[in-house]
Amino acid sequence: MQNESAITIKNLITRYGDKLILKDLSFEIPRSKITAIVGGSGCGKSTLLKHIIGLLKPASGSILVGGRDIVAMNERELNEFRRRIGVLFQGSALLNSMTIEDNVALPIREHARLNEATIKIMVKMKLDLVGLSGFDDFFPAQLSGGMKKRAGIARAMALDPEMLFFDEPQAGLDPITAAGLDELIMKLRDIFKMTLVVVTHELHSLFTIADHIIMLDKGELIFTGTVEQFKFSEHPKIKRFISRQVEEDKYCPEDYFNIITAD
Amino acid sequence: MPYLVDSLIALIGKKTLSLLAVLRDVSILINSVFYWTFIAPFTTGKLRIKSTVSEMVKVGYNSIPIVAVISFFVGIILALQSAYQLKKVGALIYIANLVGVSLTRELGPILTAIIVAGRSGSAFAAEIGSMKAAEEVDALKSMGINPVSFLVSPKMLAMLIMVPCLTVISDFVGILGGFVLSVTVVNIHPQSYIQQTINALMVKDVITGLVKAVAFGGIITIVGAYQGFQVSGGAEEVGMRTTASVVSSIFMVILFDLFFTVLFYYFT
Repeated sequence: MQNESAITIKNLITRYGDKLILKDLSFEIPRSKITAIVGGSGCGKSTLLKHIIGLLKPASGSILVGGRDIVAMNERELNEFRRRIGVLFQGSALLNSMTIEDNVALPIREHARLNEATIKIMVKMKLDLVGLSGFDDFFPAQLSGGMKKRAGIARAMALDPEMLFFDEPQAGLDPITAAGLDELIMKLRDIFKMTLVVVTHELHSLFTIADHIIMLDKGELIFTGTVEQFKFSEHPKIKRFISRQVEEDKYCPEDYFNIITAD
Repeated sequence: MPYLVDSLIALIGKKTLSLLAVLRDVSILINSVFYWTFIAPFTTGKLRIKSTVSEMVKVGYNSIPIVAVISFFVGIILALQSAYQLKKVGALIYIANLVGVSLTRELGPILTAIIVAGRSGSAFAAEIGSMKAAEEVDALKSMGINPVSFLVSPKMLAMLIMVPCLTVISDFVGILGGFVLSVTVVNIHPQSYIQQTINALMVKDVITGLVKAVAFGGIITIVGAYQGFQVSGGAEEVGMRTTASVVSSIFMVILFDLFFTVLFYYFT
């Protein structure tokens, strides 16, 4: 089968205190494709991403990557796993005290013993790939939002990962910069055959870049499938999401009464 | 009435539980800081020399002027205040003893610790806190870099080395301040002041002071790092945690000073 999965998630449950955040999710993320995780704010998609990159342990369930369950891994194994993935955080999370060059070189210096000249060449290659040649000696504060994201991608790519994760890459960018970023993400898929996972709620870029879509609503999985299937889905929530309709009937009168009279 | 008793017991319980949670978090942090500072360099061969040196410059070298000036003033103040009393019994030469012993045993370490807590402890909390708020700590983790190893252990090493060094400077400059005042205002002969200081000071006075200084360095680092890692929200919490780190590290420094002073009083 061509469409084999890179990540398999089974019965994932998360809770903060008594509140259930993710309710029994099971799905697969296909290899060498762009998978978009979509859903409204607070639906648990960022939490889900944190589980997949091993930053947060779920209450129960398993996340299989290459046949191994990252939920059951100890810190040492997790670090081994994290070397093979790259993450772009929402605010790009570059270290502000270091230049762009040092930021991109950080994972290389940390995990590989190479001489400085080799590291410099590797960094230049990564910066060129994301279109930031010549910005080596700039500090993150001197770059624009879009350039920071590109630098963040260069850092995530530093160790040539098999998988890249993006947390709302288009957040806070103007449409043109966002489109440039979309192009870069597609380039990574086409050239490097990487598995990419993008958490987003930008409709336009969703339909531009995604091959596969996973939609969450209030911690529940309501859709998993291809973009075509998503576009023509009959699910009322997906229809509302695509046509940007405000969610009506938030709660019935009885619920409202319960909310205002509860202690 | 039962309601009052209930809520009182509930309050005690809540406070105890939250205190226990803090203690647990702090002990986990202490454990990992000591592992990454003292054990990991030998097992993984990874000693962050470059960042340790840069922290040493920030923590130590850059604090020298302020530590020196404050110690000099405190030396003068101590000499003057002792002169005020010793004048009455005609024992002005004992200013040298008072200034020397109180500075090396007590005031040198504690003054240095308070200055370092204000300068560096707060900077640690602010740095780590703002990195936490900007997801930089998560980014480090996602790159497979332990944040304690990357951020805290260079600071810990720098503090353990530099706080005692600053304390030595503080001792010396403080005694110099006392000396300057005594030979100019109180008219004690310089030679006899120096002789009296040498006679009064014992090696153990200086050593106990330095032992305290090492401990204070560790305490300030742990408190700053703890407060920094506790940040979960945005910028205003960073400010709050920074303030909290100064207040609680000064408190902890004085608490441990009490402990060490009692210990050294009976066991040296």
